[in-house]
Amino acid sequence: MIDPPLLNKAVVPASALDVFPTQAPEKGMFISLGPHHPSTHGVLRVAITTEGEIVTGAQPDIGYLHRATEKLAEKRTYPQIIVLTDRLDYLAAMTNNWSYCLAVEKMLNVAIPERADYLRMIVGELQRIASHCVFIGTYGIDIGAFTPFFYSFGRERERILDLFEELCGARLTYNYVRIGGVMADAPDGWLDKVKVFVKEMYAAADEYDKLLTYNPIFTDRTQGIGIMTSEVAKAWGVTGPNLRASGERADVRIDDPYGLYPRVKFDIPIGKNGDCWERYKCRVDEVRESLKIIEQALAQIQPGETMGKVAKYFRVPPGEGYGHLEAPRGDLGFYIISDGSPSPYRFHIRAPSFINLQVLQQLLKGWKVADVIAILGSIDIVLGEVDR
Amino acid sequence: MFEIGPLLIQAFTYARQFLTTLGATPLQAVVGIKFLQTTLTISIILAIPLFLVYAERKISAFMQARLGPMHTGPWGLLQTPADTIKLLFKEDIVPQGADRLLHLLAVILAAAPVFVCFAPVPWGTGFPLINLDTGILFVFAVSGVSTLGILAAGWGSGNKFSMLGGLRGAAQMVSYEIPRALSVVPVVLFYSSLNLQTIATAQMERWHGWMPKWFIFYPGIGQIAFIVFLIASVAETNRIPFDIPEAESELVSGYHTEYSGMKFAFFFLAEYVYVFLSSALVTTLFLGGADGAAFLPSWMWFLGKTLLIVFLFLWFRWTFPRLRVDRLMQFCWQFLLPLALVNIVLTVGWMMCKTPSQDVLPTQAAIPSSEMHGSPDDAGLTKAVEK
Repeated sequence: MIDPPLLNKAVVPASALDVFPTQAPEKGMFISLGPHHPSTHGVLRVAITTEGEIVTGAQPDIGYLHRATEKLAEKRTYPQIIVLTDRLDYLAAMTNNWSYCLAVEKMLNVAIPERADYLRMIVGELQRIASHCVFIGTYGIDIGAFTPFFYSFGRERERILDLFEELCGARLTYNYVRIGGVMADAPDGWLDKVKVFVKEMYAAADEYDKLLTYNPIFTDRTQGIGIMTSEVAKAWGVTGPNLRASGERADVRIDDPYGLYPRVKFDIPIGKNGDCWERYKCRVDEVRESLKIIEQALAQIQPGETMGKVAKYFRVPPGEGYGHLEAPRGDLGFYIISDGSPSPYRFHIRAPSFINLQVLQQLLKGWKVADVIAILGSIDIVLGEVDR
Repeated sequence: MFEIGPLLIQAFTYARQFLTTLGATPLQAVVGIKFLQTTLTISIILAIPLFLVYAERKISAFMQARLGPMHTGPWGLLQTPADTIKLLFKEDIVPQGADRLLHLLAVILAAAPVFVCFAPVPWGTGFPLINLDTGILFVFAVSGVSTLGILAAGWGSGNKFSMLGGLRGAAQMVSYEIPRALSVVPVVLFYSSLNLQTIATAQMERWHGWMPKWFIFYPGIGQIAFIVFLIASVAETNRIPFDIPEAESELVSGYHTEYSGMKFAFFFLAEYVYVFLSSALVTTLFLGGADGAAFLPSWMWFLGKTLLIVFLFLWFRWTFPRLRVDRLMQFCWQFLLPLALVNIVLTVGWMMCKTPSQDVLPTQAAIPSSEMHGSPDDAGLTKAVEK
């Protein structure tokens, strides 16, 4: 009667003609998922070719949020760059600040006061919890469960943001971790508030388990889906909870300790098969481990200085520096080349989201179209970091 | 006490007599009254989504640790009317690649049958618009048409996501109609009638003088039939955990992605009316219809039970994740369908073991016609047609 309208025409950007399929395969269909699709968590586009229900090819198309952070950094002084790092992974700005500061501090060779390091650890782990809360909520929405989102995102994460607001005045882009220490000491009573929050967060994590983790429909949708073996994960350079879910005990906090992590005891939750459910479960367990770390840090922290001896205006000695840490999404690294001027000569970010995203090309193949969203969501990317 | 049904019947009788005095033939008078009744019913049904949407918002807010609408009017009561006005003023966009006729037709096909389905629903004493002998069959047949609407919306939108949603919707609704219809067979067998009014009235008796003889209380068969019918009804209304055709996170908005303004509103409206209709059917078939203690009028009992089931629907929606499309079909064909079939066998076994007495088989003859509560209009219509 009528043509299936527009069904077999693939619309792809001309610049990407050699990468993306330009027409539907002989059998099957071409689906352009994104960039304005509710479940791509930002502006990601995935070009998918399918045969029946089976995905035969998937190509992530990125760059819709490109802001040239690395180039901008070359024209900013070192303290100014911290502000740029806030905008990378906007769900984990604290760890971005910290990772960048680690790199510069290594090049400057400054000593960090102990209290500042403890504060960094506390906010870093709080940030990890906040970031995982977003993941738990949005992954629930991806699978179709709306309610967990309002608990993890609207209740617990909001409390963490309130704590951060009290600490540094901002709720999302903190600029709190500075080169040589932290912006300011915690206000009076702030640490007690964190203590109260930690206690309540344990109960909240159990609540997520009840709401979502062991829900039969949820496990049915995620268990045994999107299996990533540790070989595949390592070959693509995947880090963070995604790699740990595949059974690798890889964590920068243990492998290459920074800050005061050697002083605290914590487990690294790992999975077995590396399916979507284990990637999710690893994060829920990590929330509990982060809480343990915060408890220990709160017990150990002593009054003292919060800023090391760093000149107001400084030049970094010529040379290279690399600082990395375990961000919520994986191994976040900053590579800086200095030519002795007030701003870096070259600035590179090893963004875990960007590298984790690449594995989708292989990971999506062979699974059903209905699983695409479950797999995509379980990788947990933030487009601000992917596109930089 | 506060029974509106008999009053309405009285009023319509007077109105018919009044029309006759104005010079209308009996047939014209009956048709006129039927027209009036239909208009009234549809207006009432159209008001239902207004309250259901507000209830959904507030109940979901309660379940999700938030407040819901609070600013538009007291406690956000005017939020739904405000949204309706917004939808009325929105531009009606038809995409370029769409089939314009199908795009429009889909809305009508999806929304209209749901209203028609309300005709045989017995709201309480003296209420049903028409006392159809094929009641439940009529509802299934007519509501099946709305599947066409979803399919047409998916095809006519010219959008791959809509298309996928439409195809999924058609497959799902056709599949779930089977266990849904089969789960009603025990009820029909028991009361040996397809007439919703008869089924509801037959459940008004009591065991030992106090236990309501609703079908859900029949051990085994009642509960199985109830659960299968409830699950299949949720699937028929395309709500979570069975909202595969809309699957927001997968298919954007499924078959109504390309609809805006009032066309979208009609899909939305149809969904909520459908939820209400399904709940009303559950009440009629399993919860004794308008049966209840005398301190409340029958229509209030009916409404109360229906809203309770509506609450169940909302509760499902805000607690479950979404099933995957192939699992959904598996669940239907491998679990619900066999269960419904086994239930029919069990029912027949029950009926064969028990001697057909008044206790088990309240046949149509056992119920005095005066208790049938059929609207006397039908008698009038028959007479008029005979003339």
